[in-house]
Amino acid sequence: MTPLPRFLVRRFVHAVPLLLLVSVLVFLLIHAAPGGPLAIYLANPNVRPADIERLRRALGLDRPLWQQYWTWLWAFVQGDWGYSFSDGRPVAARIVERMPATFELVAVSLAGALVLTMPAGVGAAVARGRWIDRVVTTASMIGVAIPAFWFGLLLQMIFAVSLGWLPSSGRATPGGADAIDHLQHLVLPAAVLAIVLASGWSRFLRGSMIQTLAHPFIVATRARGLPPPRVVLRHALRNALGPLIALVTVDAALLVSGAVVTESVFAWPGLGSLFTEALARRDYTVLMALLMLSAAAVVVFNFLGDLAHAVIDPRVPAA
Amino acid sequence: MRAPLVVFGLLVAAAAAAPVLAPYAPERIDLAARREAPSAAHLFGTDELGRDVFSRVIYGARVSLAVGLLSAAVAGASGVAIGGIAGYGGGAVDAALMRATDGMLAIPRLPLLMIAAVVLQPSIPWLIVLVGLAGWMETARVVRAEFRSLRGAGFVESARACGASHRRVVVRHLLPNAAAAVAVSVTLAVARGILLESALSFFGVGVRPPAASWGNMLYQAQSTLGSEPWLAIAPGAFILLTTISVSMIGDDLAEQSVARRL
Repeated sequence: MTPLPRFLVRRFVHAVPLLLLVSVLVFLLIHAAPGGPLAIYLANPNVRPADIERLRRALGLDRPLWQQYWTWLWAFVQGDWGYSFSDGRPVAARIVERMPATFELVAVSLAGALVLTMPAGVGAAVARGRWIDRVVTTASMIGVAIPAFWFGLLLQMIFAVSLGWLPSSGRATPGGADAIDHLQHLVLPAAVLAIVLASGWSRFLRGSMIQTLAHPFIVATRARGLPPPRVVLRHALRNALGPLIALVTVDAALLVSGAVVTESVFAWPGLGSLFTEALARRDYTVLMALLMLSAAAVVVFNFLGDLAHAVIDPRVPAA
Repeated sequence: MRAPLVVFGLLVAAAAAAPVLAPYAPERIDLAARREAPSAAHLFGTDELGRDVFSRVIYGARVSLAVGLLSAAVAGASGVAIGGIAGYGGGAVDAALMRATDGMLAIPRLPLLMIAAVVLQPSIPWLIVLVGLAGWMETARVVRAEFRSLRGAGFVESARACGASHRRVVVRHLLPNAAAAVAVSVTLAVARGILLESALSFFGVGVRPPAASWGNMLYQAQSTLGSEPWLAIAPGAFILLTTISVSMIGDDLAEQSVARRL
């Protein structure tokens, strides 16, 4: 583990220009909107052109674009993310209040997806070509190809509308919010997210298990007479696990960025829903902060994924 | 494993023959036949304006498939160009382009496109360009890797020694070797393009009504899941059928290119 510090530094050095690039792109995109960040006022007949001009000055929108960018970036880095256009509250406060809901949904989904992936991926690889493999391969193929929002709609139709077993949306029933009620609200969105994640993961795990099982060292452990479950779990899985953990860690960025589609379909009040709400209101300060947060999360979790892979598998030079 | 190709071919053929196949005009309003369940007259039922869902699904296929296929072409062409320049050029150009690729990969694709679609209010051709520009990174990485590994190969050196221009080396020697890998990544881009279009339209920022796309039909179906579930089933099933057949074609291509290498 000696090369670790240098590797840390290098990754950090790479991450900075990368995030700057993202910020320029996001900034330019939002300022390309007709009316820029003030578009929402342009559409409002109660706001006079003189007021818009005054706001433009007050917000510094009359200055050259690069100056605006530096002001925004400098404030952003210091944690001043501006105010929401739709309700005037600080963007950071609006984001922080949505974090627990996203964290809860994504953490439960990640755990559920892992529980589905391990037996599915390993079982399919061991029973390659047999019916278990066919079921896993087909199901995961569908899970990867299905539009998550349609999958969510189907589950709502079946379990909420037709059967009436579960609530179709929200995080709790207003008023009577006990733990059971809370769990019932969590089931459908977590199922959608977990199944979609597990589909990608188990395809991946199946592939890397098949590769590992074909290695000479596995043949050697079998030849030594080790019981097959031990060969598969202790020797093969251990080797196939590193890349999977890296993939899982990368997907765990959803903890911070929010699952936009799933949360919106189920009106789950997390960061993903905040994004679509802000989108509908053209709330550009919120959109910008959320997108930057997501990009930073991807960078950080990618790094953590490499790190986890390197820790699990000492052969991986941390590069 | 020809089944996925046949399914995808049939979908494309149905989209192309939409005026012949569709029993009604897709935007024909029939207020006497609103919200009808599937029947012989309306295979997939009718929507809140009495429009025939089957006809709309077939016409919607034109939009959804066009966005999927053409955006993948945009993604593939820009990916080959960027990856090719990075891989063949090497050095600082390579480093800069790969940082840009990493940067684009770090931005969640769907939210970025949603913002772009809200800001730019794209027509369908511009939507195709946007979806394509959000998807070049995978192809660029693949092409760069192929070019870098082949740049120093003996046959490239001998071509250069014989006086072949850079252009000729790239077009005649490097690109054909990268073709299989490009085909796989572009196929995946088709499936992704269809999913992105449907998600954008589902959130009301992609293909705008009254034009039908599979995604915006689901957007409209969302509010009446309880009373008219058929509105949500048909368009979604067609998206799934398309993306599955395209991903299976991609898997086959990937297996073939691995097999060829061994």
